[in-house]
Amino acid sequence: MRVFVEGVGLLGPGLPGWQASRGALAGAEAFHAASTVIVASDLLPPTERRRAPVPVKLALAVGQEAFQNAGRDAAGTATVFTSSSGEGETLHQMCEALASADREVSPTRFHNSVHNAAAGYWSIATRSREASTSLCAYDASFSAGLIEAMTQVVSWRKPVALIAYDQPYPEPLHSARPLLASFGTALVLTPEATGRTSATFELEFLPGEEKPTRMSDFALEELRLGIPAARALPLLEALARETEGDVVLDFLTETHLRVGVSPC
Amino acid sequence: MQPLVISRFSVVNSLGRGSEATLRALREKRSGLVPCDFDTARLDTYVGPVAGLDDFRVRPDLHDYDCRNNRLAQLCLEQDGFVREIATARDRYGAGRIGLYLGTSTSGLHATELAYRHRDPRTGALPADYRYAETQNAYSLGGFVRRYLGLTGPGFVVSSACSSSAKVLGNAARMIAAGICDAAVVGGVDSLCLMTLYGFHSLGLTSPGPCRPYDVDRDGISIGEGGGFALVERADRVESGAILFLGVGESSDAYHMSTPHPEGLGARLAMQQALHSAGLEPSDIDYVNLHGTATKSNDASEDKAVFEVFGPHTPCSSTKGATGHLLGAAGITEAIVCILAIAHGLMPGSANTRRVDPALKSNYLLENRDEKVIRVLTNSFGFGGSNCSLVLGAAG
Repeated sequence: MRVFVEGVGLLGPGLPGWQASRGALAGAEAFHAASTVIVASDLLPPTERRRAPVPVKLALAVGQEAFQNAGRDAAGTATVFTSSSGEGETLHQMCEALASADREVSPTRFHNSVHNAAAGYWSIATRSREASTSLCAYDASFSAGLIEAMTQVVSWRKPVALIAYDQPYPEPLHSARPLLASFGTALVLTPEATGRTSATFELEFLPGEEKPTRMSDFALEELRLGIPAARALPLLEALARETEGDVVLDFLTETHLRVGVSPC
Repeated sequence: MQPLVISRFSVVNSLGRGSEATLRALREKRSGLVPCDFDTARLDTYVGPVAGLDDFRVRPDLHDYDCRNNRLAQLCLEQDGFVREIATARDRYGAGRIGLYLGTSTSGLHATELAYRHRDPRTGALPADYRYAETQNAYSLGGFVRRYLGLTGPGFVVSSACSSSAKVLGNAARMIAAGICDAAVVGGVDSLCLMTLYGFHSLGLTSPGPCRPYDVDRDGISIGEGGGFALVERADRVESGAILFLGVGESSDAYHMSTPHPEGLGARLAMQQALHSAGLEPSDIDYVNLHGTATKSNDASEDKAVFEVFGPHTPCSSTKGATGHLLGAAGITEAIVCILAIAHGLMPGSANTRRVDPALKSNYLLENRDEKVIRVLTNSFGFGGSNCSLVLGAAG
């Protein structure tokens, strides 16, 4: 299965955008960990900007950057959202309210609690009526999103954007499911080469366990292991280095993905 | 799309365990809705509960996954000879060549609600036996079913609110067409929890009585719980009468997080794409199973879309008056209702609906019709404006 990479978006600790992070990912500059800075996307109208939960802002920010880099209109593009953690802060607030005596829950929080909240806000913000899905495969959520997005591109012969994101939970959920930091990445994938194509991905779904590709930088490797969405990092490193090679990604137990990356 | 054959399915909801129980209830126009006494909920509403889950336990080797949602998943897998069929499919294809695409809206959220009621008074910590990955995480259902059925193929969970378990049929069709897997188990499970009961109540969307889809006096949804699973395979050689999955359409409303587009624009796009993907015209469809939640706004906007696509004659109904709204399990459950409609020549009339809203123009069925049904379309729409329509039919 082969697709073309047209645009990339990235936000993570010490990774303030794809263009700004390419040097560090390619090993040309030193990587300095810092807090992830999530700016509310100007895609949203001001009222929605205030109401949107942090994971939604994170997803919209990386999605918007990927479309800007691709020079493509998001309104006509299908989307695959994938997240292991979903809407943690909202989940926490709802569960606290439901454990209280009066059980007063906020209707806005309730509709923000769905796993596809980011997809809903995205389609409203971009006016996209295209197909959109929202996936989860625990630690393998990025791989699940990648295989689904690439399958869509190949089936529909149309561009598809993959948006992967994870936001740490507040306590007490954080202790039950610790995530290292906020991390989001987005890829605009197309069925044919375009003027903005930077690389191709050739994906194989393979049986059996194989060691995933690691990050050479210790701090980046820590991110890869500590945040499900950051399992994308070796793929982003290959894109930043602009060299040909294979990236192995973890998937479900007894399976893995091999992605052949070729710059163009 | 290339049609797929649905070679086996299983279903559980408030109408009973197994497809015979659901079929019998539809024939009798029986509703599974009862006054809500779930957990400690104090709400003036009706629910469609599955009996026996409180005392049910998941298979001992999978006890880490024990929660209401996975109990319901196992109960559903145990019906209709499903496990035996999957064992045969595993021998035929290999465990690694069968995909697993499941939908859920709230996963094992009730386990987290219970844990929040038992936090350490000093530290605020959740109880030591709380298991996030196996219960709360949206993939919990996928991990549980993968192990229960002994599958090692590709898979994931779709969680797009109330369209989740309709969309998984699309995932399976694409993955099989792309050669990622040779067959797939699809399905969905959603179970009662306080979040959805109090959440829909806070939006003013729960009915104080059993829900009445398309009724002039409809006043909201009844939340139910249930599950459904199906095995889908390539339809290279199928016998006449076999049930085929023919087409899927997916769209987004781009309108509002919890209110459908007033003109049903996204719904219309999903239906048209599903027909296009099946290579069919609206006149080829014998029966439409509506999303039909029984809220004022959903039924009004869906009716506009259905009328625009199908006109005034195509029979349609919602079966949510019987089952309640199964949220993330609604899509697969209503696909199975459509399979039963085709296999048994039954267009189900709407349970609980007394007088159809004269403002709604589609041909809405109040009474059952015993008639040949060859091709059907079923709708599932969700929060975030997520729409999915499926087309199913009998092989000629």
